Amino acid sequence: MEEPIETEDGIIEGASETKKPTIQGATEKYKVRMENVNGWYGAKRAIKDIHLDVKEKSVTAFIGPSGCGKTTLLRCLNRMHEMTPGAHADGRVVVDGIDIYDKSIDPVIIRRRIGMVFQKPNPFPTMSIFDNVAAGLRLNGMKNKTIIREIVEESLKNAALWDEVKNELEKPGMSLSGGQQQRLCIARALAMQPEVLLMDEPTSSLDPIGSSKIEELVRTLRDSVTIIIVTHNMQQAARVSDFTAFMYLGDLIEYGPTNQIFMNPAKELTERYISGKFG
Amino acid sequence: MTDNSNSSKNYAKILHEIVNKKYKKRLLVNKLVTMFTIVCVLAAIIPLGSILLEVVKNGASAISFEFLTQPQGSIGSGRGGIGPAIQGTVIVVGLASLIGAPVGVLAGIYLSEFAKGGIFPDLVRFFNDVLTGLPSIVIGIVGYVIIVLSIGSFSVLAGSIALSIIMIPIVVRVTEETLKIVPYSLREAGHSLGISKAKITLSIVLPSAKNGILTGIVIAISRIAGETAPLIMTILGTSLFFTGITGPVDALPLRIWRLASQPYESAHAFGWGSALILIFMILTLSVGLRFLARTKSFKADY
Repeated sequence: MEEPIETEDGIIEGASETKKPTIQGATEKYKVRMENVNGWYGAKRAIKDIHLDVKEKSVTAFIGPSGCGKTTLLRCLNRMHEMTPGAHADGRVVVDGIDIYDKSIDPVIIRRRIGMVFQKPNPFPTMSIFDNVAAGLRLNGMKNKTIIREIVEESLKNAALWDEVKNELEKPGMSLSGGQQQRLCIARALAMQPEVLLMDEPTSSLDPIGSSKIEELVRTLRDSVTIIIVTHNMQQAARVSDFTAFMYLGDLIEYGPTNQIFMNPAKELTERYISGKFG
Repeated sequence: MTDNSNSSKNYAKILHEIVNKKYKKRLLVNKLVTMFTIVCVLAAIIPLGSILLEVVKNGASAISFEFLTQPQGSIGSGRGGIGPAIQGTVIVVGLASLIGAPVGVLAGIYLSEFAKGGIFPDLVRFFNDVLTGLPSIVIGIVGYVIIVLSIGSFSVLAGSIALSIIMIPIVVRVTEETLKIVPYSLREAGHSLGISKAKITLSIVLPSAKNGILTGIVIAISRIAGETAPLIMTILGTSLFFTGITGPVDALPLRIWRLASQPYESAHAFGWGSALILIFMILTLSVGLRFLARTKSFKADY
C-alpha cells in the first residue's frame, strides 16, 4: 500500500490534484478508522461491514437517501448508537489508535474527546448562554473560573457567535434564534476541546442564512478539528467537504475525494444519486 | 374538455350548497357546545366557591390572636384557641414532606431515568398505583399497628410516616411523568459532552422538570395536610402543644372533626375558624411554591 492505487478509470488518484490527499494512501494519518462496522436495531442490520478511514483535519461528508444508515454510522463513532434501546454495534472503530469499542473503554471518556452536534439545536433550556458553553467543562469537574471563562469566550469565537452574544451572556440559551442556537451547540461541543466533531445534519432545521453560516464555520473549523458531517443536502456536501462517502441501504457504496465523487463517480448508483435520479 | 369542466363546476356548486347548509348547522352546534362547556365550568366552580364563601362567612369571626396561639379552653366555654392544632399540622405535615418528597422524587427518577426494562420497574409502578388508591384509614391502621404499638404511644413520628406513605406514590407518579416529558435530545446533548449519567440527571434533566415536580409535591402536601383518618390512628390528637417526636400532637383536620362533633355553638364556630386556617395554609403553600418555581434563575457564574 505504499503506492497510490489506480482507480477503475485508470487515473492515479492524487496525482492530478496537488494538495488533495487520497484516501488510499497509506502514509496519510488517519484520525478515525472503521473496520467491519455493523450497526443493529434489534435483528435489523442498519449498516453493513463498513470500512472507512477518515483523514485528520479534514471534512468528511456522509451522504445518501433517507434510511441509508449515515446517521447510524455517525452515531457508532462516539458510541451514541448504543444509547438507543435495542441497538448495538460491532466491528472496530479506532480513533487516534484507540479501539473505542474495547471492553476496557468507558464510552463517557470517548465522548469527551469526540464532540457531537445534532439535527435540531438542543441548548440546555435552564441555562444561560454562558452556562450552556460551560456545562461540559463544569459537569466534567472543571472548577477554575478563569480557565472556564477563557474557554467559553474562545469557543464562542470559534463558533462565530461571540460578536452576537458577548453582551448578553447571561440570557437564556433558548432566547437565541435557531441558527444561533445551533452555533451555541457547536460552541458547547468545541469547549470540550474535541479532536473529532460529528455533525448530524446540523443545518436541516435552519433557514438558508443560518445554514450558510454553519457551512462557513465548518470550513474554518477544519483547520483545527476533524469533522464528519451527515447531510441530505448534496450541494452542502459538495461545498464543505474534502471527502464524501455515499451510502445506500446500509452499504458504503463509494468513498473518495469530494471532487471525484461529484465530478466523476466510479459507481453508477453514485452517479444516479448525485444527479438526482433517485433518493 | 367542456364536459369535464362543466361537471366539475356542477360538483363545485353541489359542494358549496352542502357546505353552506352544514355551515349554519355547524354555527349553531358550535354555540351550543360552547354554552355547555361554560355550564360545566360553573358546575365545577360554584361548589368550590360556595364552600370557600361558607367557610369564610362562618369562620372569619372566630379568628383572633388568642384563637391562633392558645390551646383550647374548657369545653363549651368558647375560650382559648387552636394553637396546638396549627403547630401540630405544621410539624406533622412538614416532617412527612421531608420524608415523602425526597423518597418520591428519587423513586420517580429511578423509574424514568435508570430503570432498564425487566419486571422490577413495572412491579414498582404497579404497587405505586395500588398505594395511590389505598384508603387512608388503612394506612392509618398500619401506622398504628407497626409504629404506635411498638413505641407504645401515639406519636408525631407515626403520623408523619403514615402521611408520607400517602404522599410518596403521588410524588413518584408526577416525577416520573414530568421527567418523561423532558426531551430526550437534552440527555443526548449531555452524553455527547461526556457528562456522567448522574450529572446529566441532576444538573440537566431535573432542573428542566423542576416546575412540574414542585407542582406535584405541592399537590401531595395539600392532600396530606387535609387527611384526618390516618391521624386518628397515629397522633390521636391532644389539646396540648408539641411535647416530643414520640408524643401525641394535635392537627387541624382532627381538631375540626372534634369541634364539629361537640354539641356547643362556640365549638362549631371554632371548627369553622380552624377550617378557614387550614384552607389558608394550603393556599399559601401552594401559591408560594408555585411562585418560587416560576422565578427562573439565570445566574451566569463568571
